[in-house]
Amino acid sequence: MLHIKCPHCGLRSQNEFSYGGDATVKRPELGKEISDQDWDNFVYNRKSLRGKHWELWQHLSGCRQWIKVQRDTATHEIFKTLKANEEIS
Amino acid sequence: MTQSFRLESGGLIDRDKKISFKFNGKNYFGYEGDTLASALIANGVHLIGRSFKYHRPRGFFGAGVDEPYAIVQLYRNGETEPNIKATEQELFEGLEAKSVNCWPSVNFDVGAINNFLKIFLPAGFYYKTFMWPKSFWYKIYEPFIRRAAGLGTASIKHDKERYEHKYEYCDLLITGSGPSGLASAYSAAKNGAKVILAEDKSRFGGTLLTSEVNIGNQSGKEWADSIISELKEMPNVTVKNRSQVFGYYDHNMLVMSERISDHLPKTKKFHPKQRLWYIRAKEVLISSGSIERPIVFGNNDTPGVMLSSAAKEYLKVYGVLVGKKPLVFTNNDSGYETAIEFKKNGIDPIILDTRKEPKSEIIEEAQNMNINIKNSYVVVAAQGYKKVKSADVAKISDNKEELGSIENIECDCICVSGFWTPTIHLASQSGNKTKFNEDIDAFVPGISKQNEKTLGAANGIYTLEETLKDSFEKGNLLSKKITNNENKFSFPNVVEKKSTVHDKFWCVPLPKGKNYKRFLDFQNDVAVSDIEIALKEGYRSIEHVKRYTTLGMATDQGKTSNLNGLQLVSKIENKVVPAVGHTTFRPPYSPVSIGAIVGREVGKHSKPTRKSPMHSWHEKNNAVFVDAGVWLRPRYYKRGEENLFEASKREAKNVRTNVGVCDVTTLGKIDIKGPDAAELLNRVYTNAWLKLPVGKARYGVMLREDGIVMDDGTTTRISENHYHMTTTTAQAANVLSHLEYYLQLVWPELNVNVVSTTEQWAGAAIAGPKSRELLKKLFPNSDVTNEGLPFMGYMEGDLFGVKAKIFRISFSGELAYEVNVESDNGYFMWEKIIEAGEEFGIQPYGTEALSTLRIEMGHVAGSELDGRTIPYDNSLEGLLSKKKDFIGKRSLSRKAFAAKDRQKIVGVVPLDKKTSIPEGSHLVKDSNAPLPNPKLGYISASCWSVEHDNPFSLAILKDGKNMIGEKLFVMSPLKNKIIPVEIVSSHYVDPKGERVRS
Ligand SMILES: [Zn+2]
Repeated sequence: MLHIKCPHCGLRSQNEFSYGGDATVKRPELGKEISDQDWDNFVYNRKSLRGKHWELWQHLSGCRQWIKVQRDTATHEIFKTLKANEEIS
Repeated sequence: MTQSFRLESGGLIDRDKKISFKFNGKNYFGYEGDTLASALIANGVHLIGRSFKYHRPRGFFGAGVDEPYAIVQLYRNGETEPNIKATEQELFEGLEAKSVNCWPSVNFDVGAINNFLKIFLPAGFYYKTFMWPKSFWYKIYEPFIRRAAGLGTASIKHDKERYEHKYEYCDLLITGSGPSGLASAYSAAKNGAKVILAEDKSRFGGTLLTSEVNIGNQSGKEWADSIISELKEMPNVTVKNRSQVFGYYDHNMLVMSERISDHLPKTKKFHPKQRLWYIRAKEVLISSGSIERPIVFGNNDTPGVMLSSAAKEYLKVYGVLVGKKPLVFTNNDSGYETAIEFKKNGIDPIILDTRKEPKSEIIEEAQNMNINIKNSYVVVAAQGYKKVKSADVAKISDNKEELGSIENIECDCICVSGFWTPTIHLASQSGNKTKFNEDIDAFVPGISKQNEKTLGAANGIYTLEETLKDSFEKGNLLSKKITNNENKFSFPNVVEKKSTVHDKFWCVPLPKGKNYKRFLDFQNDVAVSDIEIALKEGYRSIEHVKRYTTLGMATDQGKTSNLNGLQLVSKIENKVVPAVGHTTFRPPYSPVSIGAIVGREVGKHSKPTRKSPMHSWHEKNNAVFVDAGVWLRPRYYKRGEENLFEASKREAKNVRTNVGVCDVTTLGKIDIKGPDAAELLNRVYTNAWLKLPVGKARYGVMLREDGIVMDDGTTTRISENHYHMTTTTAQAANVLSHLEYYLQLVWPELNVNVVSTTEQWAGAAIAGPKSRELLKKLFPNSDVTNEGLPFMGYMEGDLFGVKAKIFRISFSGELAYEVNVESDNGYFMWEKIIEAGEEFGIQPYGTEALSTLRIEMGHVAGSELDGRTIPYDNSLEGLLSKKKDFIGKRSLSRKAFAAKDRQKIVGVVPLDKKTSIPEGSHLVKDSNAPLPNPKLGYISASCWSVEHDNPFSLAILKDGKNMIGEKLFVMSPLKNKIIPVEIVSSHYVDPKGERVRS
């Protein structure tokens, strides 16, 4: 079970969180023209990375905040966690 | 029975406390502190079961967790449990156990015929033989294998015992209370660290209980006792016996199973049987020690052949002789300790040492005691069937390949020591890449992967002095890092006689003309010849060899067999052992009961049960409940002898003719506040929300980004910046997360707050032509006329002194209202509604009538919004705004979603107007078409229309728009039904929607 450091609450066990997918995907702005390909990339196409990956988790049974977590998908090592409004550097 | 193999004195058992027990129906007795194994051996019982494949007789091989043979079916306090190791099970009054793997009895076993047919049962036998014909598998092969093999029978009764889970955090978790565990725990505890010390066995001390060593001026056991009692007194230390850390997971989480009551005849009141600990440790010290490994020789599975360390443990801990004419067969000094222990108790052992001229203090001691020692000697084969009677022994050449002439020595047990294998399971599970240590011929942990360090024998350090020094130091360093405290103390003087040199010899060659089975894996009956066959057949990877031969795949996970298997593969393949590599260690280290894993989450406790504030009223009024997610909802209210069908028909009909009331507390409710609340709704709902006036409700549909309908519900504008959203019962939690996602990550600029208020409000839907009359009585001070409270209107009202929210919304298609009051007032509200409604013929209705009403109206619900449909499919395309963008809109222009013959919701009526249509059935054009019959659609929901008094269903049908009036067939192979049907509009009742506005 992972140990995730919620930037709001501190270290908590994985079972308090739910996974929310790739954190680097940006939703296209509402009302903007977008090609089929770009839309498909946003909705469906994801890289299944081995290694460092920024992903979203929601601290569901805690502060309910969505957070960004940098995790190694192969080793589960967590390097960094950010608040929702903090940019991935 | 007399305990003919029990010594007059000695051991750590309590001889004042006699315990009687039963094995295979026979009465025996032992003492408190015995295991089932030690008590059986004391009673001269050496045959305990049959082997898995060949059904060869099985005795005892070890004295603890490494035991591959002595697995029994246990009976305790009216319950039974399979797969119990007799070497681990502590004796209690009234214990009963039976052999497994043998039929009809352990002494006469039909399956043993496999043993004489063993030439036909080589490696991969099951794969090769039971492959075909395929049809034989379920009826013939599987039952045969299941009866012939197995580790006992699981009880099918409900388990009355309680199992608990516990979460714990600590600075240092130390797994094992041998010398390294005690030393590291001691120094860490002295530095003030929060320490958990876990010991698998009932007694603390590990090898210190059985080895002849001195620490300071104390014996090993005395030292262990004094350290443990000091640790127990310290507030920062938790000391647990009968507790096995069996799994090392991510981020330093380890799981430990504590057997609290298994050693007692009966679990004490309010105590659990077992407790599972989830421990998050800052540092982990693995002090799990090592397991003696056998030397491989002919018939080495005969009862009476056992590990020399086990023989010593039976002597020193239990005062039990495993034999009276022992032969010790060793390639290192450990065998001498066992031989000396025999000799001290008046038994003359013979030592066969594979080494030519070994020298050490302990060997000198053995010589001085006049123990018969034969150097460069090996056991070629054990003789005897149900018990060792003698051993064929021979001198072996210096190159270990040639055997001298065979001599036969009479003996009743053969105690084997092939040196020691570190218990690296936990280290390996942590992700540590283990490395091969040539000096000890075994794998040891490599570079730490998580915060784990391995100590002492588990790390391949076999001298006590080095172990203690290293462990004191590691415990000190790691705890100092955490507590910034350091307590210096002087290191005790250590006396140990045995050396750690061993002879790299592990398998005795077969003598000419002999074809003895030489077993590697004792639990799964894997012999040297099986591995040879697998390699001959081309298996190379050790993972494949393992699976093909089942080496190391039994419940003991090859604790005593893995390394010898690797040695064999490396020898045949002419590779070094590390090049062969070992198989993966996976948790659990040793079997854990399913009860412990499940914990308290069984039956009704597997998930929380939510009840509405009106629940007790429903109960009093004969409600039959149904699970709706975690909620319990009335399905129908039973009157007299009514069944579900009759009751729900009555309730639904009453809504259509009079008035009904339904508990809708379970609907998800989300409170939305802030200046940008309307903007949020406008983005997440498909229709327009910016111009909704205060005091009005609107129906809305929410999509996922991929265009699929996520949820629907009404949202009401309570005041300028305050909205009350409702969701379906099932999607309440997901919708909240969905809103939070967009607010926190995508549109942080929106000034809105959302919070779930599902539990804060109790809700009652009042529906039917007489509902307005009822409402007037309930709210005499409010204007609830069609003008004062029009369809989709909202107002606040006073319900006999209780503040209420009144929404004029309808799910049933009738004139209807929904009244919400604070949860605490829910029961009051409900009683008032029933009371006031009496004169209008009010009846409560459950979810079944609710479904009927919405189905015949063609209102979609969960069975249509099933994660596969877009708005068009549900005839919700009228709610898609053309003027604005919203979540999921862009996906709707994808080709498949825009197809002209796309599926759409329709109504389905059987031609005979009688036959009910099973939900989930398929719609086809031709009921006689060859299979697979092309499916045009499926039935999503069915009811008995109370308006038309005939069956009616909703279906999602391909090109549904153009299918109205078509005749099709409903096919349900599950119910074996073919029903001719007509496709009609999904709005079967009041298609113009006049009633809701009346
Ligand atoms: Zn949090």
